[in-house]
Amino acid sequence: MSTTTVSPAFDETALVARAKAGDQTAFNELVQHYDRRVFRMAKQITENDDDAEDVLQETFLKAYTHLDDFQGNSKFYTWLVRIAVNEALMKLRKRRSDKTVPLDEPIDTGEDEVVREIAVWDQNPEDVYSRDELARILDQAVKSLKTAYRTVFILRDIEEMSIEETAETLGLSISAVKSRLLRARLQLREKLTRQFKKKGDDAFAYL
Amino acid sequence: MLTCKQFLQELNGYIEKTLDPQELAELHRHVSECPNCFVVCDTTEKTLRVFKGMDCSPVPKSIQARLLAAIEKRMKEKGGCGCSGSSAAQH
Repeated sequence: MSTTTVSPAFDETALVARAKAGDQTAFNELVQHYDRRVFRMAKQITENDDDAEDVLQETFLKAYTHLDDFQGNSKFYTWLVRIAVNEALMKLRKRRSDKTVPLDEPIDTGEDEVVREIAVWDQNPEDVYSRDELARILDQAVKSLKTAYRTVFILRDIEEMSIEETAETLGLSISAVKSRLLRARLQLREKLTRQFKKKGDDAFAYL
Repeated sequence: MLTCKQFLQELNGYIEKTLDPQELAELHRHVSECPNCFVVCDTTEKTLRVFKGMDCSPVPKSIQARLLAAIEKRMKEKGGCGCSGSSAAQH
């Protein structure tokens, strides 16, 4: 039950076909190939380990139960991500039941970008920080984004879905995804620049 | 000549090279002449790179064990072999 070794011969299409034909081992292989990515995404969206575990379980249970509905029009992982995002957002909504639905919040249009922090980065962060430290810094930065920006960034830039897939998954227009993505990237850039900038460079405002 | 604000609005298209060549050339001219936008563009690209290179830690063993147990249980509920037979031929 090792999850650290991913077989180079991993063939998603073949495994899905076998799983659909009833091969439980094939489904378990898919689970063990993708569980870490689903879990990471669930943690990033829900910001809570217990909720993330629930999301992880629900995602794979739903995928198993509805495997016949997967038509192969997208990658299996993209289908899985859609299930996981919906589960994670449901968790978030339940927890914030007294607040507005995050994805429906009024959103800045991205037309009034403000850049306050302009400084070159010292060295490559990968060379300065340990993997764990860097992971913690990046995690914190993502979690500090508003849900509406965070989900778009996670799907597009971490899960590498296309703009169209991101829009479809979140029920947003293409232009909404684009403006939120710009906002998310600029905010993360700003947060990371505060962390990684060359010492002695002053922050100053422009625009 | 583009303003910095106009450049920023097209930053994603510039980074991802999804704009037409004329627009890209205009943005490139701006970023070559504007040190601030150059730094913003450079650090945005570095931000994306560092996220793309982010490690994905394995799921803790205890959590994975509970996940696999839950799936096993669902497989049994779904009916022994866990198969739905006819579905395999769909795609």
